[in-house]
Amino acid sequence: MPPILDIRNLNKNYGAVEILKEVNVSIDQGDFLVLVGPSGCGKSTLLNCIAGLEPISGGSISIGGRDMTRVSPRDRDIAMVFQSYALYPTMTVAKNITFGMKVRGVDAATQTRKLDEVARQLQIEPLLNRRPGQLSGGQRQRVAMGRALVRDPKLFLFDEPLSNLDAKLRVSMRSEIKKLHQNLGATMVYVTHDQIEAMTLATKIVVMKGGEVQQIGTPAEIYNHPANLFVADFMGSPAMNLIPARTQRSGQGLQIEITRPEGAPMVLQSPLAQDLPENVILGLRPEDIIEAGARNGPAVQAAQCRVDLVEPAGADTYVVSELGGKQVTARLHAETKAQPGAMLDLAFDLAKVSFFAPDSGERLN
Amino acid sequence: MSDFSAFSAAPRAVAAPARPGQIALRWLLFSLLGLFALFYLLPLFVMLTTSLKSLEEIRSGSLVSLPREVTFEAWRTAWSGACTGIQCEGLRPYFWNSVLLAVPAVLISTFLGAANGYIIAQWHFRGANLIFSAMLFGCFIPFQVVLLPMARMLGWMGLAGTIPGLIFAHVIYGIGFTTLFFRNFYVTIPSDLVKAAKVDGAGFFRIFWSIFLPLSLPIIVVTVIWQFTQIWNDFLFGVSFSQAGTQPVTVALNNIVNSTTGVKEYNVDMAAAIIAGLPTLLVYVVAGKYFIRGLTAGSVKG
Amino acid sequence: MHAWLERQIPKMVLAPSFVAILIFVYGFIGWTAWISLTRSKLLPKYDLYGLIQYRRLFAAPRWDTAMDNLFLFGALFIGIAMALGLLLAILLDQRIRAEGVLRTIYLYPMALSMIVTGTAWKWIMNPGLGIEAMVRSWGFESFSFNWVIDPDRAIYAVVIAGVWQASGFVMALFLAGLRSVDSEIIKAAQIDGIPGWRIYTAIILPSMAPIFLSAFIVLAHLAIKSFDLVVALTGGGPGYATDLPATYMYAMAFSRGDIGQAASSAMVMMGVVFAIVVPYLYSELRAKHV
Repeated sequence: MPPILDIRNLNKNYGAVEILKEVNVSIDQGDFLVLVGPSGCGKSTLLNCIAGLEPISGGSISIGGRDMTRVSPRDRDIAMVFQSYALYPTMTVAKNITFGMKVRGVDAATQTRKLDEVARQLQIEPLLNRRPGQLSGGQRQRVAMGRALVRDPKLFLFDEPLSNLDAKLRVSMRSEIKKLHQNLGATMVYVTHDQIEAMTLATKIVVMKGGEVQQIGTPAEIYNHPANLFVADFMGSPAMNLIPARTQRSGQGLQIEITRPEGAPMVLQSPLAQDLPENVILGLRPEDIIEAGARNGPAVQAAQCRVDLVEPAGADTYVVSELGGKQVTARLHAETKAQPGAMLDLAFDLAKVSFFAPDSGERLN
Repeated sequence: MSDFSAFSAAPRAVAAPARPGQIALRWLLFSLLGLFALFYLLPLFVMLTTSLKSLEEIRSGSLVSLPREVTFEAWRTAWSGACTGIQCEGLRPYFWNSVLLAVPAVLISTFLGAANGYIIAQWHFRGANLIFSAMLFGCFIPFQVVLLPMARMLGWMGLAGTIPGLIFAHVIYGIGFTTLFFRNFYVTIPSDLVKAAKVDGAGFFRIFWSIFLPLSLPIIVVTVIWQFTQIWNDFLFGVSFSQAGTQPVTVALNNIVNSTTGVKEYNVDMAAAIIAGLPTLLVYVVAGKYFIRGLTAGSVKG
Repeated sequence: MHAWLERQIPKMVLAPSFVAILIFVYGFIGWTAWISLTRSKLLPKYDLYGLIQYRRLFAAPRWDTAMDNLFLFGALFIGIAMALGLLLAILLDQRIRAEGVLRTIYLYPMALSMIVTGTAWKWIMNPGLGIEAMVRSWGFESFSFNWVIDPDRAIYAVVIAGVWQASGFVMALFLAGLRSVDSEIIKAAQIDGIPGWRIYTAIILPSMAPIFLSAFIVLAHLAIKSFDLVVALTGGGPGYATDLPATYMYAMAFSRGDIGQAASSAMVMMGVVFAIVVPYLYSELRAKHV
């Protein structure tokens, strides 16, 4: 079976400005693809290109095995949910949902049946005769979803659909979208700048920056094996610690040296067998820097660090210490006794370590 | 009276709390405001009272005195008997000329403005801004600069001295403003709406009819009022492009007032002036809020 | 191909209006400009003769009067209408209960045709039966107010009628401007103990600079295009005493049969308008599109 969405060598320019550069992405039936990146990275433009709302400058897009590169949005068998919801302000909720069918000449009986179905599914039956102006943000969001669902398309497109909701509603809508995806088995492409949304929803993530794809992979791959410094820094909160270090071969493994503000540099032993350049950036997520003795394993190395800052966050307490000239965050138990200014034994779980080249930013291991 | 929601921003407390000096100031304020109100009302009052007086009473009485004996004779003459040059049919035929000319001209120019504004604001393409700027500059030319060629063009089209000719001129030179109004209105509507409708399968015209026109009621009212006031009150095009029989009411009024034959009937002049001004005055009283929005939109761009 | 065609629809719908503007605005300006460089008289002639019409125009005493009148009328009309409009706006901004009614009264002249305005004021200022007669009947026998028929004063009569018509509009502009000033800034100033009039002069008025500019542009534009008002009020007279460029142009075009003069005077009018409006529009458009 061909991929449901296949983007090949896609380029998009506005005049001399390159908005998208050589984008290649393909997904299969049932995938949940999330395009994530900072604002201006081209993710929304990419979504608009998939929808056919923006002409592309080069490459091809096929949906369901059909080349759609020059096909108008209406014939691409897609539905889209917008950041601003884009509900038609003068139409009732029911008319908003059935407008697409009406335009396509679907008969009235089918329209009513599908409307009822979707309204039940999204629990918006009491709202059907209201206008968008009379709805709350969350209700509008549901109606916008309904308008997409009723079309039963090959591909659902979401353009930052949750960014206008307050934090609490956002979390609950997020899980509803996830449930919807699981129940329908539908294929979805979802744009967000929120990396947590990306991690929770996606079966496949595309991280973008400056119009270029930085990495494509499952959430676990992206999180555990970021392809470069940008992805490492962008995905995960609090962000991955990126510490300048010097490496040196020592027997079977690798000796890693990290400077400290006072005293001798910290030395860690990694079991990594691969050869690395002398200067590297060592990437370690906060949850992989823990209290000494909290985790065991061949790659867990302890070292003494000075605590600069203690930030209790409820479930955990974050401790900040300066290493390699950077503020390094460790994630400790809530009951930790760490005190600012005191020395503390921290364990570094080097099984999860990433190494990056300082100049190119590319992953080394 | 008119509802001016354009001004209904929360009242601000620049005025200080009341103290004896403040109370005196307050009185001064009210008397000033009252005096100015008199200044603005005086001409209307004088027009009205004069139009209800007989000629003798006008000659003997004072400008601002109320009529001793109210007579509608002057109104009757102004409407159906006053002379505009050699014809003595009153304002009536010219009033209808103005109606026949204003209604289609307003409708056509408003519709074109809506379509143009919709395209410029929502269907971005290369050069759209240039076209908009070109139209905008067109709003500002003194019409004298197109008067001669337009007169020739209308003659060439066989529309010289006709009402369709006047309609044509008003539509052409109204497009700039109507486009500006609609463009500035549609620019505030998120472009996602068009995108959503495209994905839903609607095309250019469908989106305009089903989505944009229904939400444009306020700006349609503003534009219609603006265009109606402009066209009804126009004199330059009327006097330049019409001929006896097709003149609009403003031209006829001027002819009545400045006709040199016979006795000067001031009461008829005033009745005629009120008749000529009544439609726009009525629009102002009924829909003042939209009138002001048009004025400010037409001057404070964007 | 279908999608391509669909993308052309907006351009095709916009095209007729654009073409109409190109022809009827820009083409016609070009035609008038061309004619202004010929020796056209009753009928247009298309052989260029240089600046002969402009030389004739600037040598004509009637045009001289018209231009002098324009600057005098323009300066007084704009100055007084702005001052009066601002005063009214500030007075109305003092939390007046009857504000709605007063605003309606101040602004209604703007809804009237200038012909109506001219007719009304012509009657009011009529020396035999108007204000002059009224004041004399009160016992001030020597009172004189005959500006409409006095060649030296008639232009001031036009100013009065013009100000009456347009000052309410300026009031509306300024009032909207006053109301749009950030109320937190004013609260802050009040807490700092700054007196009310200082709040106006130091905070509110300076922040309204763009509105002053808009009002100026609109009034200048009205002044240059003023035609109906003069026609109805004085007919350009006594003699040519209240001629404005607009009435001069009209007279040349339609009663004197001197197309060359009409064209050149129209071009000068456009020059004056554009000298004022173009820098303004340019800055507006730049600010918006960049």
